[in-house]
Amino acid sequence: MSFFKIANDASAVAVRRNFLGQSSLILSGAAIALLAGKDALAAKGGQSTEQDIRILNTAISAELEAIAAYQVGAESGLLQQPVLALALTFQGHHKEHADILSKTIVKLGGKPTVAKAKYNFPTEKLKSQADVLQFAATLEKGAVSAYLNAVPLFGNPDLAKAAASILGDEAMHWAILRNALGEVPVPSAFMS
Amino acid sequence: MIALPRRCAGVALLLISSALLAAPKEQPSVGDAKNGEVLYGRCVACHALAYDRTGPRHCGLIGRKAGTVKGFDYSDAMKRSKVVWSPKTLDEFLANPLKTVPGTAMGYAGVTDSKERRDLIAYLSEVNESDECKKRSP
Repeated sequence: MSFFKIANDASAVAVRRNFLGQSSLILSGAAIALLAGKDALAAKGGQSTEQDIRILNTAISAELEAIAAYQVGAESGLLQQPVLALALTFQGHHKEHADILSKTIVKLGGKPTVAKAKYNFPTEKLKSQADVLQFAATLEKGAVSAYLNAVPLFGNPDLAKAAASILGDEAMHWAILRNALGEVPVPSAFMS
Repeated sequence: MIALPRRCAGVALLLISSALLAAPKEQPSVGDAKNGEVLYGRCVACHALAYDRTGPRHCGLIGRKAGTVKGFDYSDAMKRSKVVWSPKTLDEFLANPLKTVPGTAMGYAGVTDSKERRDLIAYLSEVNESDECKKRSP
């Protein structure tokens, strides 16, 4: 797998760490904008806000499931370093997404979805590191499509911007997971 | 002698034109289930065939009344919708979920391309009859 060659190169690891760090900073920027914009968020109210809350809650539900999925992968014993560290980094991103989305819903006057006691995953099909990576890549690609189709629905442009920021992060996850699987990381110019 | 063929040609042209105007509207073609399976990749952030996730399972979807998978926490809007899932109702819903069922938790803008919807519905219809779904239908 091409990923291992890249990942075992010390300079490449440093670049990747720097890249991941920067992506966190970008997301934090969006998060801060949301947290700071309480009045603006609450100003609209009405049906538009209700719809925004529903969309955000659906997003939280998917993020919480992703956190659980990465946990299953991490505890499977199938992931080797540096893939395991990468999976935990991505899980951390999903935790940040879920956290900021939950706080935003509270600000909007809604009640955020909480994690389920149990999630269903096709664990019987996960027999190798590649299986886990493929499963994660499938979820991340779906997440990109979900956010892409949520962005135009928000009544509040700040929420659309935050969702687009998360979309970018999920797309990077997908590309890196594809690369780790030896697939073309970015197979097309557009996402759908 | 020359005028007759011209008149005949005119009549023939008129008949052909009438036939074209009277032709029934083209029936929607059956979708490509293989492409539909690829398109289904857009749905897997929230859905699976055989089990409930953020969205309800898709096995058993065709013919099912919306909002009725036992144990799944639907929006009130979906429970009240009275929709029964068929290729026709799915086509309407997938084109614009929030317009078709206002208040649905499926915050998805929609599949605007009608061919993509046909392909997706062909896949969902085909997989509805698969062994995987027959084993696990609610």
